[in-house]
Amino acid sequence: MTKITLVEAVTQALAYELAHDENVLVLGEDVGLNGGVFRATDGLQARFGANRVMDTPLAESMIAGLTIGMAAQGLRPVAEFQFMGFSYPGLDNILNHAARLRNRTRGRLHCPAVFRMPFGGGIHAPEHHSESTEALYAHIPGLQVVIPSSPARAYGLLLAAIRSPDPIIFLEPKRIYRLVKQEVPDNGVALPLEKAFVLREGSDVTLISWGASMHETQQAADTLAQMGVTAEVIDVASIKPLDTATLVNSVNKTGRCVIVHEAARSGGVGAEIAAQIGEKALFSLLAPIQRVTGYDTTMPYFKLENSYIPSVAQIIHAVNLTLEFS
Amino acid sequence: MTIANFAIEYYQYLKPDGTLCQPLPKGLDNNALLELYRLMHLLRMFDGRAINLQRVGKLGTYASTLGQEAIGVAMGHAMYADDVLVPYYRDYGAQYQRGVAFHKILQYWGGDERGSDFDNAEDFPICVPIASQSVIATGVATAIKYRQQKRAVVTTIGEGGTSEGDFYEALNVAGAWNLPVVFVVNNNQWAISVSREQQTHCQTIAQKAIAAGFSGEQVDGNDAIAVHERMRLALEKARSGGGPTLIEAITYRLCDHTTADDANRYRPKEELDMAWQVEPLVRLRAYLTAQKVWDDSKEEALLLECRKDIDKDVDIYLSIKPAPVTDMIDYMYAEWPEALKEQRATLLQFGGSPHD
Repeated sequence: MTKITLVEAVTQALAYELAHDENVLVLGEDVGLNGGVFRATDGLQARFGANRVMDTPLAESMIAGLTIGMAAQGLRPVAEFQFMGFSYPGLDNILNHAARLRNRTRGRLHCPAVFRMPFGGGIHAPEHHSESTEALYAHIPGLQVVIPSSPARAYGLLLAAIRSPDPIIFLEPKRIYRLVKQEVPDNGVALPLEKAFVLREGSDVTLISWGASMHETQQAADTLAQMGVTAEVIDVASIKPLDTATLVNSVNKTGRCVIVHEAARSGGVGAEIAAQIGEKALFSLLAPIQRVTGYDTTMPYFKLENSYIPSVAQIIHAVNLTLEFS
Repeated sequence: MTIANFAIEYYQYLKPDGTLCQPLPKGLDNNALLELYRLMHLLRMFDGRAINLQRVGKLGTYASTLGQEAIGVAMGHAMYADDVLVPYYRDYGAQYQRGVAFHKILQYWGGDERGSDFDNAEDFPICVPIASQSVIATGVATAIKYRQQKRAVVTTIGEGGTSEGDFYEALNVAGAWNLPVVFVVNNNQWAISVSREQQTHCQTIAQKAIAAGFSGEQVDGNDAIAVHERMRLALEKARSGGGPTLIEAITYRLCDHTTADDANRYRPKEELDMAWQVEPLVRLRAYLTAQKVWDDSKEEALLLECRKDIDKDVDIYLSIKPAPVTDMIDYMYAEWPEALKEQRATLLQFGGSPHD
């Protein structure tokens, strides 16, 4: 079987659903003829037609509203925002309508839509192209926010997102779009949306991350292993809702916890995870929870972005702090 | 060198004095006009009752339709059952004809989401964030077009809302994709306290459609006949693949913006007095009377009948038991996520009883 990248796994999942459900449509800026600026929809319009893979006018609020109207009619639209930094005009419709439609009509209407967007830095992109504002979306009741960090999870989670009866924000870590290749059988098998994935078992410390930072987190775990420290590594994958049980069980086992995310520190999803662990695993903790995060600054333009993104050395330093504490 | 020319037409059948300025359109006979007249009376009486309920503390903030009855009533009457309405918040005249009972409208403004769980499977509920309904309507229309159905979408907005980006974005995609959607603008001259003149330098709101590549027109929004006929034609065009239309219905907000507003703070009294001279019910009554199909005794009987209908709905509304507090949780997701079940337990313990 050929190995594919994360972005190819996105394409594979979209193609699978387009082929198996005529209610599934793909829409966004440049997703048709051009196959998307990251080629996530490459070849889909040629294969499924321009009425199913639709190039929209350049208007993000419209894309959001259009998607909601289609979903309310029972279609399963998958909208792409070209970059997370351009998704904010769509927030009004996503927050006020997609997230609320089921509740405010007491189930008469609902919104089975997926809003895909590449996020995060590290690709030397222009200004406004490198944001990690997942906490904005995770704060909105009525949404689920899903972030894959491997080709297999991108495929399985995107299938699940498209099949979900509720609106899903699907954030794609573009820094690792083409970083690793993996065999991903095109079997249509979805992964559960509300589960964190334990990527590596360990007993000394729990490393919790998601998205592109999983890469540095796993590298840190490798280095720690050489130092005789076994880290349990968890990909949160669903930052809303959180699979608190998996996180808490792990911390109960290891007694130490380091949370890694690229997004700004204050009010980030790491704070919510730390609070949950504080509430549910306080007496298992052998050391204060450490967060390794982006700074409370604007995501710097690319000359400085590598200084912003959490590094392997920072993660190891944080682990050492927890080990030295007790 | 002129490279393009555009024109905006204005349509009127019934003048304020109740005489016709052109022959009645086909399909609107006296019986149909009597029905429009009945519905406008019913709506006006409902509106008054809703305001009274708010004044005595039995309803939350309510948005009135006084003076704008011809738009909602004629629009709703011209639509087919399988068309889809994506309304704003002054469309009770249309909603009522499409399965939304008055007690549901009261329940909505009475602070209860169940008011938007009404007897129509596809119509959207009242939309509060201004102009977001416009883009949603284009999505509904895209679904209809994708499925090659012969149905149309109607979406409404006030003239103030046409300043929103969403309105322009919706017009643009509707034109670009030739979508089966009719945009109806209730131009009632006031967006809370901002007048039509302050809102835009456009000579008409209708011309905003021109920039999106489809036709816009003005209609006398106090003339139920004109609204009905222009809606009928626009709907027919949409259903048969002819694409979108923008109808700017010129009317006047005889009421406050909502019950939380006091228009006396900004609206000239002379303007209001003049607007009462051209309101929609008086002229249709004058026409029907001249046609000898209406008289004082029929008017009296109609008012009595309307009152009975509305009493029934008000009684239903006032007798509705509050929803269980857990309703606020149970409809957030198809399945309440495992991770959030604790919060439901907290709500059950501390949520108390619903606010009556």
